[in-house]
Amino acid sequence: MLPVNLAIFIPFIAAICIPFMYRRMSRLHLGWFVIAIPAIVFISLLPYIKPVANGETFTYIMNWIPSFDIHLLTYVDGLSVLFGLLITGIGILVTLYSIYYLSKEESLPHFYIYLLLFMGSMLGVVFSDHLIGLYVFWELTSISSFLLIAFWYHRKGSRYGAKKSLLITITGGFAMLIGFIMLHTITDSYSIREIISDVGTYTDHALFIPTMILILLGAFSKSAQFPFHIWLPDAMEAPTPVSAYLHSATMVKAGIYLVARLTPIFASEILWFYLVSGIGLLTLLWGSFTAIRQTDLKALLAYSTVSQLGLIMSLIGVGSLAYYVTDSTAVTLFTQAGFAAVFHLVNHSTFKGALFMVIGIVDFQVGTRDIRRLGGLVSLMPISFTIALIGSFSMAGLPPFNGFLSKEMFFSAMLHVQEANIFTSEALPVLFPVIAWVASLFTFIYCLIIVFKTFFGKIHVDEERIASEPKIGMLVSPAILAMAIVGIFFFPSGLQQNILVPAASSIYPGIDLSHLATPISWWHGWNTEIFMTLGLIVCGTLLYLGLKYFMNVYKLFPTHWSFDTLYNSGLDRLEKSAATVTNTYMTGYLRDYFRYIFIFLIVVTLGVFFYTGAFSFTLENDSPIHAFEWILTTVMIIAAIMILFAKSRLSAILFNGLLGFSIAMFFVLFRAPDLALTQLVIETVTTALFLLCFYFLPAWVGKETDRKLNIPNLIISLGVGATVVLTALSVHNGKLVDSISSFFENADELAGGQNIVNSILADFRAFDTMLEVVVLFIAGIGVYTLVKLKGKKEVDK
Amino acid sequence: METLMIILSGVLVTVATYLILSRNAVRIILGTALLTHASHILLMTMGGFGGTNVPITGENGADYVDALPQALILTSIVISFGVTAFFLVLSYRTYKELGSDDMYILRGRRNE
Repeated sequence: MLPVNLAIFIPFIAAICIPFMYRRMSRLHLGWFVIAIPAIVFISLLPYIKPVANGETFTYIMNWIPSFDIHLLTYVDGLSVLFGLLITGIGILVTLYSIYYLSKEESLPHFYIYLLLFMGSMLGVVFSDHLIGLYVFWELTSISSFLLIAFWYHRKGSRYGAKKSLLITITGGFAMLIGFIMLHTITDSYSIREIISDVGTYTDHALFIPTMILILLGAFSKSAQFPFHIWLPDAMEAPTPVSAYLHSATMVKAGIYLVARLTPIFASEILWFYLVSGIGLLTLLWGSFTAIRQTDLKALLAYSTVSQLGLIMSLIGVGSLAYYVTDSTAVTLFTQAGFAAVFHLVNHSTFKGALFMVIGIVDFQVGTRDIRRLGGLVSLMPISFTIALIGSFSMAGLPPFNGFLSKEMFFSAMLHVQEANIFTSEALPVLFPVIAWVASLFTFIYCLIIVFKTFFGKIHVDEERIASEPKIGMLVSPAILAMAIVGIFFFPSGLQQNILVPAASSIYPGIDLSHLATPISWWHGWNTEIFMTLGLIVCGTLLYLGLKYFMNVYKLFPTHWSFDTLYNSGLDRLEKSAATVTNTYMTGYLRDYFRYIFIFLIVVTLGVFFYTGAFSFTLENDSPIHAFEWILTTVMIIAAIMILFAKSRLSAILFNGLLGFSIAMFFVLFRAPDLALTQLVIETVTTALFLLCFYFLPAWVGKETDRKLNIPNLIISLGVGATVVLTALSVHNGKLVDSISSFFENADELAGGQNIVNSILADFRAFDTMLEVVVLFIAGIGVYTLVKLKGKKEVDK
Repeated sequence: METLMIILSGVLVTVATYLILSRNAVRIILGTALLTHASHILLMTMGGFGGTNVPITGENGADYVDALPQALILTSIVISFGVTAFFLVLSYRTYKELGSDDMYILRGRRNE
C-alpha cells in the first residue's frame, strides 16, 4: 500500500511537471496526462478499503516543524477513505469531462495546475490528523478555488465571484485557525485522534464553547451554510467542470467533513446540536426556496447545492445527539442519522455532479443556460435528457434512484428528533420534520423546473445554432454518474458495507454500530416517511403547475434586503472609509510627513522620560561661564531667531553665516584649533554657495515665504527643542560609562602623530574618513551633474 | 557652562525644526544647516569642558581637552557641507526645471 502522505503529494508534483509536459505534448490535450493523476491516487487508495472496513486504521508521520510539534500527520479511517475516493473518483470523471469542455485554445496549463493543486490540498484536508496541517491544506483549497473561479479572468463576474469566495472562506478559515489554536490550548494536542481519545477531560474548560463556535464558523463558511452561502452562486462563474468538482462534489463538503470529524469532540455539548442542525435546516430551507426563482440553470444548481449541503449538515447535527442521549434505542436512531448524512453525501456527489455536467453540455451545445430561452431539447438531446432526468429525480428523492434512499433516512431522522427528550417546548421537535418536508417540497419543484423547463415545451426560435448531442466523450462522465445513481439504488449493500459503515464509525468511535450493517432497503412498509414522499409528489406537482402564482411569494421579499447587498455595501464602505482614512494623513506634503516624524520623536522620547523617570538636572558639574561665552551665546540665539523673522533671503543667509562664524569662535574658546579653521573655511564657502543660489532662486514674495507665524509648527518645533534639551541635560548629568578619550591621548606612541584630532581622523578612524571622502565625492558628482546636465527644456531649444 | 550650551543648542534645534517645516526650499536648507550647528555644539558639550590644553601632545602638560568629539565634529562639518551644497544645487535645478521652489506647488498629483 502506498503511504497516504505520499499519495497527497502526487498531485502537487504533477502540477509542477505540467509546464514541462505542456511543451512536449502540444498535439495531445493536456487533460489526457492529468487524468492519470487522480486515477493513480484512486487506485492507491483501493487497497485501504478492506482493512479499514475491518476496523483497522493507518497513521503516517512526516516531520515538518518538530520544534513546534507540527508534523504532516496523516490518518486513514473510514471517513477519510470515503472522501479520498470521492475526491479522486469524481476527479477522474471531471478531468475526462474537461477534456471535451475546454478547447485547446484555452489556457490549459493554468487550469490543470490549479485543478491538481486543489486535488492535492483537498486530499490533504481529509487525510490530515494534525490540526495545523489540516488548516494549511484547507486554505490551499480556498486559494485554488479562487484561482479556478477566476479562470476566465477577463470576465467581471468571474473576478467578482472569485474575490467573494476567497474573502468569505478565508475569513471563516481564519476564525477556524484561532479555534484550532484554542483547541490546542485546551487539550495540549494537535492530533484530532488524540483529542478524541481524551474526550470528557476538557469539556468544562472556559474556552470550550468559543472554540466550538470559531471552528464552526470556518466549517459553515466553507460549506456555504446560511448566511455565508452567498459566495457559492457567484462561484458558478467558473468553468462547469470546476463547478461540478469543487463547488458541488468535494470542496464545499470540506466543512461537512470537518463537522463530522469533530463531532466526537464537541457533541457532548448540546449547543453543537442546536447550531449544526439549526443552521443546516435553515440553509436547506432558504437554499431550496431561493433556487426556485433562479432563471440561470447554474445559479439554480448552486442554490440547490447550498440547500443539499444544509440537509447533510442538519443530519450530522441530529446524528450528534447520539452522544447526548443515554437510552440505547435512541443512540441507535441517531447514529442512523449520521449514517444517512454520509450516505446522502455520496449520493449528492453523484447526482449533482451528473446534473452540473449535463447543464454544462446544454450550455456548451445551445449557447445559453437561461431557462427562459431554453425548451424542447428532449428530441434533440435524448441522452442528456435521460441523465438530467435521473439526476433531478434522484435529487427530488424519487425511486428508483439513490436520492430516494437517503431522503427517506433523512425524513425518519427528523421525525425521531423528538425522542431525544431535550426540548422544553412541545413545538420545537415538530418543527424539524415540518421544515424538512417543506424544503423537500421546494426541492421537488426546482427539480421539475430543471427537467421540464429545459427539455420540454416548445423550442425557442432565437437559438443561434441547432442543438444536438455533444461528442460521445463528453457524455461518458455524466453517464457513469447516472449509472451510479441507479446502481446504488438497486445494489447499495457493497457501498454500505465497505465504505459507508466504516465512514459512519469514524463519526461514532466507541459506539456499537452493528445495527447499521442491516442492508439498506427501499421499502419499509406504509410508514410516515413514504406518506411524506407521496405528499411531496402530489403537492409538488400541483405547485409546479401553479408556479406562476407561487412566484408572487418572492415579491414579498425586497430585493435590496439580501446578504448579497450587505456584502457588497459592506465591502464598498470598507474600501471607501479606508481610502478616507488614508487620504487624511497621506497628504502628499513632505511637510506633513516631517510633522509626523517630529511628533513621534517628541511623544516617544518624552513618554519614555516620564515613564521611567529618567530626567535629572543639576548645575553642580558645570564649569564656570566666562564673559566671552555669554556674549557669543547671546549673539547666536539672537541670530537664530532673526533668521525666522528675516524679511529677505539675503539677511537670512547672513544670519546663518553669523551663526557659523560664532561657532568657529566657540571652537577657538574650546581649544579646538582644527575645528575652528575648518569651520571658518567651510562657512565661507557655504555662504558663498547660498549667495550663488540667491542669485538664481526667486525672491521671497507673497504667500510662499510664510513669514506669518505657523502655530502648529511652532509648537512642534518647541517640542523638539525641549526634547533635545531635556535629553541632553539628563545625559550630561548621568554618565553611565567612562569616556574612552584617554586612549587616543597616546596618539604619538600609537599613530606617530602629535595632533590627537588628526591622528584620530587619519589613523584610528581612517576608515571613517575614507567613507567621508566617498560621501563628498558622491555629493560632488551630484552637484556637477545637476548643474551640467541638460534638462528637457534646454534640449528642446 | 554646559547647561547654557545645551540651551543654546535647544534654541538652534527649535529654529531649525521650524525652518524645515516651512514651504520654501531655501528656508528648509537653512534649517538643515542650523541643525548641523546645533548638533556640533551638542557634541562638543557632551565631551565636557574639562581640559585646559589644546589636544596636541608634547606642548604643554597632559591636561588635554577631549579630542574625540573634535574628530567627530570635523567629520560632520565636512559632510554637512557636502550635503548643503548638494541641497542647494538640487533646489536650483528644481527651480529651473519646475519653475518653483515652493513645496506646496512641488507636491505633485493626487493619488499618484
